[in-house]
Amino acid sequence: MKVAVVTFPGSNCDYDLYKAVQQVEGSPEFVWHRDRGLAAYDAVLLPGGFSYGDYLRPGAIARMSPIMDDVIAFAKKGGPVLGVCNGFQVLCEAGLLSGALVRNAAIRFRSHDVFLRVERTDTPFTSTYDEGQVLRIPIAHGDGNYEADEETLARLEAERRVVFRYTDASGEATEASNPNGSHANIAGIINEHGNVLGMMPHPERAMESVLGSTDGVGVFTSLVASLSGAAG
Amino acid sequence: MSRYRLEVLVTPRPGLLDPQGKAVHHALNSLGWDEVSDVHVGKAIHIDVAAASEEEAREKVEAMCRKLLANPVTEDYEVTVVGALEGTTS
Repeated sequence: MKVAVVTFPGSNCDYDLYKAVQQVEGSPEFVWHRDRGLAAYDAVLLPGGFSYGDYLRPGAIARMSPIMDDVIAFAKKGGPVLGVCNGFQVLCEAGLLSGALVRNAAIRFRSHDVFLRVERTDTPFTSTYDEGQVLRIPIAHGDGNYEADEETLARLEAERRVVFRYTDASGEATEASNPNGSHANIAGIINEHGNVLGMMPHPERAMESVLGSTDGVGVFTSLVASLSGAAG
Repeated sequence: MSRYRLEVLVTPRPGLLDPQGKAVHHALNSLGWDEVSDVHVGKAIHIDVAAASEEEAREKVEAMCRKLLANPVTEDYEVTVVGALEGTTS
């Protein structure tokens, strides 16, 4: 499993993603944002961080990077693409996912563990979880408040494209468990073809029990499973 | 070609939660300006652009807004031509 980890100026979770891919015995490679060509890869990951210092809007300038034309082409061909945190923001700016991520409702940068409920397991990133399983995974963002117009939100729900929702420890999506004011406690969504996932929480930071949680591992084992399934 | 200076005002769309505006609103009220009933915080972007006419300059900057400067999901924009600048470009 050859995985591209795209690095933008200001990315800071690229090494974490790289290591997460190694942990599930994939072969990660860094791809600089000015490089071109993703045809040789099985999956593409966009890391968290603060690309271009979040100038203008988070992800807005990274979206104009040369590599993004290749990310869009890779996604259109059905290749699995995961954007975490700033990567999610870039995917929204690029139009690969609908909606936008704006300033947290409480204007605070939130950096702590949250609970997430897995809403769907028929995606390349969640197949090794159970539906309804509650994960404990860290967030670290100032702009994670998911916004979209009413029509888009209704469509996301009708098409079951919300993959992760912020909940309490028992899996209830309460107001108190929503760290940023996102509509309907949305923490992660997938595109209509089911191959592009964006999520604010950081599964790559929940890979080792010594660091607090291993609940993020499933995202990467799911990717391995979906790609080996595709190959066989 | 002439050069024009344009101003782009980018503001959060009405109805969208504007936590920055809310915080500034609250701060103004607590400084004693009770008459303040609403605040929204956006950004102003000044752009100098070469164009054959004022109209062309505006069209160019509106294209920039659609492509990069504003996010149509969350923001509105307004383009104003501030004026023509001294000197021409080739």
